[in-house]
Amino acid sequence: MEEKMKILCITCPKGCSLEVTRDGQTVVEVKGGCKRGHEYAQREMTDPRRMVATTVKVKNGVHPLLPVYTSEPFPKARIPALMATLREINIDAPIEMGSIIAENILDSGVNIIASRNMNAGV
Amino acid sequence: MIKSKYDVVIIGAGPGGLAAAIAAKQQGAQDVLIIERDLELGGILQQCIHNGFGLETFKEDLPGPSYAQHFINDALALNVETLLDTMVLDITPQRRIYASGARSGFLEIDARAIVLAMGCRERTRAQIRIPGMRPSGVFTAGTAQRWVNVEGYMPGKRYVVLGSGDIGMIMARRLTLEGAQVEGVLEVMPFLTGLTRNYVQCLMDFDIPLHLSHTVKRVIGRGRVESIESVQVDEKWNPIAGSEKIIPCDTLLLSVGLIPENELSKKAGVLIDPITGGPFVDDRFETNVPGIFAAGNVVHVYDLVDWVSEAGRQAGDSAARFALIERRKETRHVPVKPGPNVRYIVPQTIDRESLATGNVRMQLRVRQPIESPVWVEIRGNDNLITRKGELYARPGEIITLEIPMKAYDEVQLVDELVIDVVKR
Repeated sequence: MEEKMKILCITCPKGCSLEVTRDGQTVVEVKGGCKRGHEYAQREMTDPRRMVATTVKVKNGVHPLLPVYTSEPFPKARIPALMATLREINIDAPIEMGSIIAENILDSGVNIIASRNMNAGV
Repeated sequence: MIKSKYDVVIIGAGPGGLAAAIAAKQQGAQDVLIIERDLELGGILQQCIHNGFGLETFKEDLPGPSYAQHFINDALALNVETLLDTMVLDITPQRRIYASGARSGFLEIDARAIVLAMGCRERTRAQIRIPGMRPSGVFTAGTAQRWVNVEGYMPGKRYVVLGSGDIGMIMARRLTLEGAQVEGVLEVMPFLTGLTRNYVQCLMDFDIPLHLSHTVKRVIGRGRVESIESVQVDEKWNPIAGSEKIIPCDTLLLSVGLIPENELSKKAGVLIDPITGGPFVDDRFETNVPGIFAAGNVVHVYDLVDWVSEAGRQAGDSAARFALIERRKETRHVPVKPGPNVRYIVPQTIDRESLATGNVRMQLRVRQPIESPVWVEIRGNDNLITRKGELYARPGEIITLEIPMKAYDEVQLVDELVIDVVKR
């Protein structure tokens, strides 16, 4: 059974409207947007993912929180579980931007990366 | 150690100021100082932990703090000096800066050029005149962002956001991820004012309702916000009677626009465009006050940080060029000092450039008479530049001699000229 639906592309700031025709989990056709938009539509129908940017706790840092982000888009349905796991982290300063704070988190293949340097506080 | 004079002083260490400092150094400014009121460099980017920054500059999708860190690292590698936790109190049109801070004390700093990079600040409840009671729990979205993302406080549990700009929507998502309930986003315009992608990934993903053509009619609560009353508006923003709804919440976040922050600019005599709220600038980002430049959100509120950095780069570059011309002017004059047997010389200083168009006449008197032939010598850094013979030298008779045009090149290189009269 084919069904048509409209989704909004989030790949770039343009925000194109895409018309997706699908048969169950299979995408039959995508109208509108560009090549990256079509890839997005494909993934959004089968395995929707989002970049997640949040914070983890820091011990002895200049701030109590370290901003972190996912190395690549993370499965959307598991974001609440990701947040719960990150809430348990409490790492020591100093930390350098780009350090891996958690590797292959929740067996997702995605790493959690430090967004900035965090010096140790006084 | 903070010096009393700098080539370029930049007010504000956000993306505009950091880019200006880097560009000023790269353009050849020797001393570059950034004065920042916060405890660290980076400005508001440090609290914008979401990604989406730097696609133009780095061709990479970075969180705000990472974007800032790249510029911080570059500035520090170029030996840009920084003065943190320090508030600039006043700037004069002559480019003297008065600043103060708990650690830095009271400072007076002269700048050959200044870059204003103070950014912008958020509109508050008072500026959009929301009626109702005045309990705690009404905050700007940026204030809440700082608490949640940097300081680690949640300002409430149940939120309503007024304004569908990107900051409002991004905060709605952020608060939801941190376990709060966001009851809805109200937007007075009949359309979304932020990006569509943020509507999708910040509101739709979390089933947060967006109410277009809606605003807050009044705030209700004693001590703390208990609810707000929303109302639908027509195309002229007039409330539509009967459309009021009470939305229970403990916090109202305002994301209702940004205003360039120009109190210091005005003190320096910088003219402000009433439309942008920022200084009038030329194509090199110079204001109407010579040597005072402005860049970034202090000039007008940008959509993308990449453009703020680009404006900062241009302003820093222009400021360095201005400073170098100032420096040359300051060093253009060379003092002429009397040697042991000279009482005084007029003129006391000469403009090195005068030798480009003619000889420069000097007149002097000796201290002690010499009743035999003498040399009147002009030396620069101990090298003889020119001399003239006289049959005698007496304090009662002025001696005249000229520095010849051909000494132009030599005079450019000396720190001072010394004239003395000695026995031949």
